[in-house]
Amino acid sequence: MRALLELEGVSVNFTTPEGIVSAVSEVSLQVGEGEVFGLVGETGCGKSTLATAIMGLLPNTASLSGSIRFQQQELVGIGADEYRMLRGDRISMVFQDPMTSLDPAFSIGNQVAETIRAHRPLDKKAARVRALALLRDVGIPDPERRYGDPPHRLSGGMRQRVVIATALANEPALLLADEPTTALDVTIQAQVLDLLRDLRRRHRTTIMLITHDLGVIAQMCDRVGVMYAGQLIEVAPVEEIFLAPRHPYTQALLRALPSAKHAPGELPVISGRVPDLSDPPPGCRFGPRCPHRRDECELVPPLARETPDHSVACWLSEATRRAAGGGARPSGAGDGLPSGDLDPRPLKAEANR
Amino acid sequence: MLGSRSARIGAIVLLGLVSVAVLAPVIAPHNPDSIDPSRILGAPNLAHPFGSDALGRDVLSRVMFAYRVSLSVAIGSVALAFLVGVPLGLLAGYYGGWVDTLIMRPVDMLLALPALLLAVALIAILGPGTLIALLAIAVIYIPILARVVRASTLVVAAQTYVEGARARGASSLWIIARHVMPNAIGPAIVQATVLMGFAMQIEAALSFLGLGAQPPTPSLGVMLADGRDVLTQAPWAEVFPGVAIAITVLAFNLVGDGLRRRLDPRGVAR
Amino acid sequence: MSPRARLIVRRLLLAIPVSVLMSVFVFLMIRLVPGDPVRTMLGFRATPQNVRVVRKALGLDRSLLAQYLSWAGGLLHGNLGEDFISHTPVSTLLSTRLPVTLELTSLSMTLAVLIGVPLGVLAAARPGPVRTATEGFVVAGIAIPDFWLGIMLVLVFAGLNQILPPSGYVPLLQDPVQNLRYMILPVLTLATGEAAYIVRTTRGAMEETLGTPYVQFLRAKGLSERRIVFVHALRNAAPPILTVVGIQFGVLLGGAIVIESLFALPGVGRLIVTAIQQRNYVVVQGGVLLIAILFILVNLVTDLLVGVVDPRIEEGQPS
Repeated sequence: MRALLELEGVSVNFTTPEGIVSAVSEVSLQVGEGEVFGLVGETGCGKSTLATAIMGLLPNTASLSGSIRFQQQELVGIGADEYRMLRGDRISMVFQDPMTSLDPAFSIGNQVAETIRAHRPLDKKAARVRALALLRDVGIPDPERRYGDPPHRLSGGMRQRVVIATALANEPALLLADEPTTALDVTIQAQVLDLLRDLRRRHRTTIMLITHDLGVIAQMCDRVGVMYAGQLIEVAPVEEIFLAPRHPYTQALLRALPSAKHAPGELPVISGRVPDLSDPPPGCRFGPRCPHRRDECELVPPLARETPDHSVACWLSEATRRAAGGGARPSGAGDGLPSGDLDPRPLKAEANR
Repeated sequence: MLGSRSARIGAIVLLGLVSVAVLAPVIAPHNPDSIDPSRILGAPNLAHPFGSDALGRDVLSRVMFAYRVSLSVAIGSVALAFLVGVPLGLLAGYYGGWVDTLIMRPVDMLLALPALLLAVALIAILGPGTLIALLAIAVIYIPILARVVRASTLVVAAQTYVEGARARGASSLWIIARHVMPNAIGPAIVQATVLMGFAMQIEAALSFLGLGAQPPTPSLGVMLADGRDVLTQAPWAEVFPGVAIAITVLAFNLVGDGLRRRLDPRGVAR
Repeated sequence: MSPRARLIVRRLLLAIPVSVLMSVFVFLMIRLVPGDPVRTMLGFRATPQNVRVVRKALGLDRSLLAQYLSWAGGLLHGNLGEDFISHTPVSTLLSTRLPVTLELTSLSMTLAVLIGVPLGVLAAARPGPVRTATEGFVVAGIAIPDFWLGIMLVLVFAGLNQILPPSGYVPLLQDPVQNLRYMILPVLTLATGEAAYIVRTTRGAMEETLGTPYVQFLRAKGLSERRIVFVHALRNAAPPILTVVGIQFGVLLGGAIVIESLFALPGVGRLIVTAIQQRNYVVVQGGVLLIAILFILVNLVTDLLVGVVDPRIEEGQPS
């Protein structure tokens, strides 16, 4: 599987009146063509910022370092116009709240057609035809009649479908979906996810799905990356994330999922609080809350492969230790077997499938 | 207290201006009415920093004394509008219903007229004069302040602590005075501050037209009217009164913006 | 009926009671004059006989309600009374003066919008020196009294360099070029002050619009910044801008009163001022009423436009 998107050492810092906030710190990952890659983490862990950085839509107060390669082309540092031509054409993004994603002053059909005409030399009529087809594809009933509707005439689920139609109008190679279903009812959620799955199958779009909802991850994703406080701490196929997580944070996260296994009473919680990113703890940012914390956690553990598809950034991992020993390489070539120090804590099928 | 630097500058300037107005009789370098034939249309120099007018009178001193009157009218009119408008807004906002309609209909009527036109109309009825001008300006601004207070009252009255007071059996008037008013009055204070600058502009316009201050009462507007006669020969007679007004408006606006942060975070006042 | 249509009808209907109440207020003006208005009006010509005649002519000897009804009735027929000095019908006086005021105010407002909106858009879309310069313009435009600015302009363009006339007027239809020569300074004066407010509102509305999530999505679609600013953002910022234009028109009408006097333009505003000095109440009444109605009309049109343009007025959603 070829890598469609490669991130290497990506860091994003924001300059604020209170100081410099490190929102994303040295993130490296690869997303393969055709896969659905989930990026999961709590609110504020930097996943949305990372997506915004990939889109080239960071505000002026942000500074970006590292490398973002899309289809083997380096994106960091390209001109504004070049970036603009990519957006909506080869890379698209869908945002969280469909109620506020569409311009209230223009019809939905117009907004889909507009995306088409921004990147393709089609005249108004041809664009309209294509837009109608797209609206039909995403399941908008009676598209001819609804083409001229302003957004407020549509429900949240319908609006999100329009947003998806807009994002996929030019058949992008990569779709970034930032919490696409969080603002929707559970039943609508399922419909939208089905839609995404269907569209991905038909157009062979690669999707990077960003969410804090593990249930969505379980339903949709092939591979998953876990972020905490701006750091990418684990990457693995979806089954392994749920059944055999290796990073203490991921383990704690899954343990906190409500399930029938838990005795009635309190849910296990992760003690402590998310760090202040304007003054983050040195090294592994989960360190202060980690039950396995050691002295070496003051240094940033590199993300290293425990197995060919499962990477972890934790000093408890043999692979990480080896990768660091051989020089700091973000995705170390460690090919060791899992060491005995790290207890993968196998969990039964608790994830909401 | 005021926070931002521009607000502080505005406050200092305002303080300076008010001091000039209050202390004019003491600090004015010359008698504003003393005619000096040797200094007719004299250009600004050390003895007369603002120059001299058509009768050789010192412009700086004249500006100071005129400023007293203009500033008094500006502050007085807004203060009056405040005293009348705030209770009206409080009552309308708190009671709602027919009380609201009864109060706000005529208020909205007044707002349907352009401000200067209303002032001019009132002066047409009551005759020109400094006091009438003050009254007219107050009448213009009562609706604005009433509306602002009404808007913030609506917000405050919906708060739970008001409900709590009502549940405890407190009388409406007591609730209004004790709970609603202190919390709703912030935006009105901000608005009033800003209005004071504009009130000075209106007073100047009215006096310029001969509808405000009548001789011998000095006023910046009157000076601006007189200065026109000698515009090309002695532009300073026209420039400095106008600059005084502009700086005043600016200062009030800066102070108002500074107060806005503290008193009107939701931006109810314009 | 759609909510939008309902809003339009309601707004139209509202204009009627407002106009009626306005007429009552204006009607009461003469009757509120302290002392005897007739005697004040006539001044030195107030012989008992003249007073009786004028009082009868003005209908002041009848009951208040009867007076109002006959006056209102006269209004609807275009009869606003008679100037007691020149014996010209007030309506004639007004109709000769109205075009001047209309020309002044419409030219000024147009210029203010043509300057103000682009400046506001620019200041919102391009932070940096442009924005600071615009801020300065706004602050100065609001603080400087407009008639003082007018005098300064006269000083520069008519006093020190005789490029333009300091005052006077030539009707548009008679000689457009000369008309414009006389109108440039007054229009410039009024427009500058108005432009400041328009810039301020435009900039605020545009900044707010450019910060919305849907604008972020428009960027994600790869639209050019120009299209985002001028097609989408401006369209959404239009309602508050229109509203301010409507409000400012009222300020403009008030300002016109002063500016007409300053530049000796034979408009309605100047007529009112002179009439006040002459204690010519009937004329004052007519002039005030005319300007008030004008303002109500402009507000009505603006509100209707905003109702049409504002995307948020639908299905009971508050705007």
